[in-house]
Amino acid sequence: MSVFNLEALLALLGLFVLLLEAFVPSVSSKALAGICMAGVAGVLVLLVTVAGGQDALPAFIGAYHQLDTLAIFYKAFALVITFLVLWLTLEAAPYLSKFTLDGKLGEMFSLPLFVCVGMMWMASAKDLVTVFVSLELVTVSFYVLVAYTRKSALALEAGVKYLILGALSTGVLVFGVAWVYGATGALSFEGITKAVQVGGVNKTALLFGVSFLLAGLGFKVAAVPFQMWVPDVYQGASTPTTVFLSVGSKAAGFAVLTRVIDALTVSGSMVRQEVITVLSIAGAVTVVVGSLPALFQTNVKRLLAYSSISHAGFLLLALAARDSVRVDLAPGGTVAFYLATYLPMTVLGFAALIQMRLNGRGEELDDFKGLAQKSPTLAFLITLAFASLAGLPLTAGFFGKMWVMLGLVDQQLWFALVCAIIGAAAGFYYYFRVILAMFTPEESTEPVRMGALARGVCVVLGCTIIVLGVYPKPLQMLLAKVPVAGKNATGH
Amino acid sequence: MSSLEIIIFIPFLAALAIWLGAPARLTAVVASTVNLLWVIVLAVRFPAFKSATDLAFVNKHVVLDNPAIAFAVGADGVSMIMALLTVLVTFAAIWQIVDKPSMYHISSLLISGGALGAFLCTDLFFIYAFHEVALIPTFLMIAIHGRAEKEQRLAVAWKTTIYLGAGSLVLLAGLVWAVIEFSGGGKLTFDLVALRAQAASSPLPAAAQAPLFFLLLVGFGTLVSLFPFHSWAAPAYATAPTPVAMLHSGVLKKFGLYGLFRIALPLLPSGAQVPWVQQALLLMLLGNILVVGLVTLHQKRLDDMLANSSVMHMGYLFLGLAAGTEIAVKGSMLLMFAHGVSIALLFAICGRMRNQLGTLEMAKLGGIGSHAPFLTVVFAFGAFASIGLPGLANFAGEVMIFMGAFANGNSSSTLIPAQGLTALHWTVILALWGVVISAVYMLRGYRAIFQGTPQTGLFMSDPASGQWLPLVLLAAVLLAVGCFPSLLLDLIQAPLVPGAIP
Repeated sequence: MSVFNLEALLALLGLFVLLLEAFVPSVSSKALAGICMAGVAGVLVLLVTVAGGQDALPAFIGAYHQLDTLAIFYKAFALVITFLVLWLTLEAAPYLSKFTLDGKLGEMFSLPLFVCVGMMWMASAKDLVTVFVSLELVTVSFYVLVAYTRKSALALEAGVKYLILGALSTGVLVFGVAWVYGATGALSFEGITKAVQVGGVNKTALLFGVSFLLAGLGFKVAAVPFQMWVPDVYQGASTPTTVFLSVGSKAAGFAVLTRVIDALTVSGSMVRQEVITVLSIAGAVTVVVGSLPALFQTNVKRLLAYSSISHAGFLLLALAARDSVRVDLAPGGTVAFYLATYLPMTVLGFAALIQMRLNGRGEELDDFKGLAQKSPTLAFLITLAFASLAGLPLTAGFFGKMWVMLGLVDQQLWFALVCAIIGAAAGFYYYFRVILAMFTPEESTEPVRMGALARGVCVVLGCTIIVLGVYPKPLQMLLAKVPVAGKNATGH
Repeated sequence: MSSLEIIIFIPFLAALAIWLGAPARLTAVVASTVNLLWVIVLAVRFPAFKSATDLAFVNKHVVLDNPAIAFAVGADGVSMIMALLTVLVTFAAIWQIVDKPSMYHISSLLISGGALGAFLCTDLFFIYAFHEVALIPTFLMIAIHGRAEKEQRLAVAWKTTIYLGAGSLVLLAGLVWAVIEFSGGGKLTFDLVALRAQAASSPLPAAAQAPLFFLLLVGFGTLVSLFPFHSWAAPAYATAPTPVAMLHSGVLKKFGLYGLFRIALPLLPSGAQVPWVQQALLLMLLGNILVVGLVTLHQKRLDDMLANSSVMHMGYLFLGLAAGTEIAVKGSMLLMFAHGVSIALLFAICGRMRNQLGTLEMAKLGGIGSHAPFLTVVFAFGAFASIGLPGLANFAGEVMIFMGAFANGNSSSTLIPAQGLTALHWTVILALWGVVISAVYMLRGYRAIFQGTPQTGLFMSDPASGQWLPLVLLAAVLLAVGCFPSLLLDLIQAPLVPGAIP
């Protein structure tokens, strides 16, 4: 059995759930979530078991679809985050369903599956058309998801903003793809790699196209100056959707960016220096600009949105320093490593927000006051998540940041290094504000309760943060095998 | 499992136990006592256990292969001294906590464990990591239990957080640079022993050492309140709850110096001797000694005075670094220990006075000596040690630093070519005035508070039985080390400065 069937399997499951929800109104959201989560988990198991020795891809699909380690990693990543998003949706159902038109969450369970299919397909994309099609599948599903809780004015606003800017960025992306095709005569990454090495390409036209291409992808990963939509959309969308945008959509964007950058900066490439410069400046500015507004946020959900922008900056810097091979990580591996550490801490941070909502509290800083007395476990887990987001050592977030710094020093990108330091130092302030609020004693001590399942999943996420922070070796070994995509592409 | 690992983890386990509901005071006192006794035993047996690499009690658990990161512990003479300082101050700080929320105990234990980890690990990653771990409870304690109005203590806590956060990120960049520079082309390694060996066998040219040394100086220096990155420190210590003030100013702050002397100096032995670095360093340390010294003179409250004096005295230690001679560096090690003990002692007494008197305005105090003779004597020990009175621990360290610095002045760069005196000579001469400044403010404070006629309505009693133990212990250590500095100095046998002028 070939791995690419997994996407088909998942799409079928999505359709089935969609129909089930439409024609059997009595089915509960618990059952729907159960089916979806079981399906995603099953596909993940299949992926892990099949990944090692899959058959060769049939020719008609092999031209568009590849299965290197990077692809398998991002497929697994998509499945894990989809699973967690489904769980979060189920967890948040009691209050989310108040904001939907029919009081049910039907499509909120099936749409993530389609998003997941899109992200998985994107991870394997070999050419820009495949990227575009799968990206659209993801984005269109997100248009619906963001505005799904439409009785909330914030969600409507978020939906409209995301729709308009999403459509605009799609246009920009297609425009860029067209120019790149016009300049290089190729749509596949392999073809582009060859074209930029060989020469005979109109460099101005190529750079013009590349800048639009990067701008389009910049929208998706929330890089400055295309980050304007993030705070409003993240705050307005239902929290599970925000997690999905913040982790899943970003990871998919970076999977594509990794491949695009690999193709454009292959050694001997005519646009290599320009692309690296653009990346390092964009990354540096993103880290700083993403961090500074966060200093003044009193809404934790909005704060996490700015944090997400800042992390996107670090990921861009990881790409900018991708030539550094001092660490046992392939160039794309640093980005993948960062994302793998980013997943548990972000999900845990947002899961905490849902728990606060379930206990009748809001998402403002003041709502976190005294949490250490009311629920020591939850307070400890949130501390862990935010310490990790700040990049404290012995938590998952540290190594990702350190690999980035190591690469920047090694590549002597000093401007970017200074910006990374400023951004990370600002992070100490805004993440610690949340931690401080939790440990500040408060008069009222009505306890904050967590369900058994929520407690279990949160503890697992917390343990993941610690394990990745103390013993990252297994993850690093996994990603050390990620091939240098440039080498991979020219090897064929 | 090495003894050192157990020592590092005892405070963390105790903190966890308290978090889970164990009796706070009992657990904390037992843990700190066990650690104190254990480290003393290790220090006594230390010479017999030393291995060929001058490290004792080594053990190692690999975390990553490339870059090579391992949870590696091992003690040389200096880390043994620092561990002794840590457990001593921890014991005193925890013992003097009375009737406080369990967060006091947990934080003290976490700071202690973090400091022990930082001093006893031999891997840059874990050295850095443990120090960061110790910073979090410091921030939280200042922000939540700090002794000022809410707005003010939050401002102090944030200032501290941002200074120390930014400082440690600059430090991280410096460490990463050092790792890349000294891994020798092959695999990256965070193993300090390997990095030192590489730096010894193929050192960088002096001019190339300078920028990296300067980066590390700024990073570590911010953590030690090096002028002009010092403005967080005085308000932080004045505001912090007593055990945190004791532990941070006494122990945790020494981490920055430990890093400069044990990481920056062995890797970049010529770094501090490159003229522009040395001149910058000399100016900064004079800022510590003279500028902050004069600021200290003008303090009206005891806690502000102690906090500023703690910043000021760091200048002498930086002088030891700038001198870079074996004797000056050894003296710095001694002074680090002595300053840690004396400032912890003074902060402990200061905390008691604040609790009982409600004010620390020196103008409003007076005549406490007649009510509390014991406290007066112990405070005198701390204050005189801090001035540098012979017979108490700080004196030996300061003398060694001044002599070492003056000796090396001959080979150093000439900033002001007057009468054959070099920049280093001039700095020593100016720094000596710091001793005078210290004497003025300490003695003036002592007179204002303890002597004269008792103020009506202010009554200060000697501590009840049991509460005097930590104070006596710290004072006794000051006296013992002051009379017999070899107790500590004999622990250091390998030269501290590679290729140093003896």
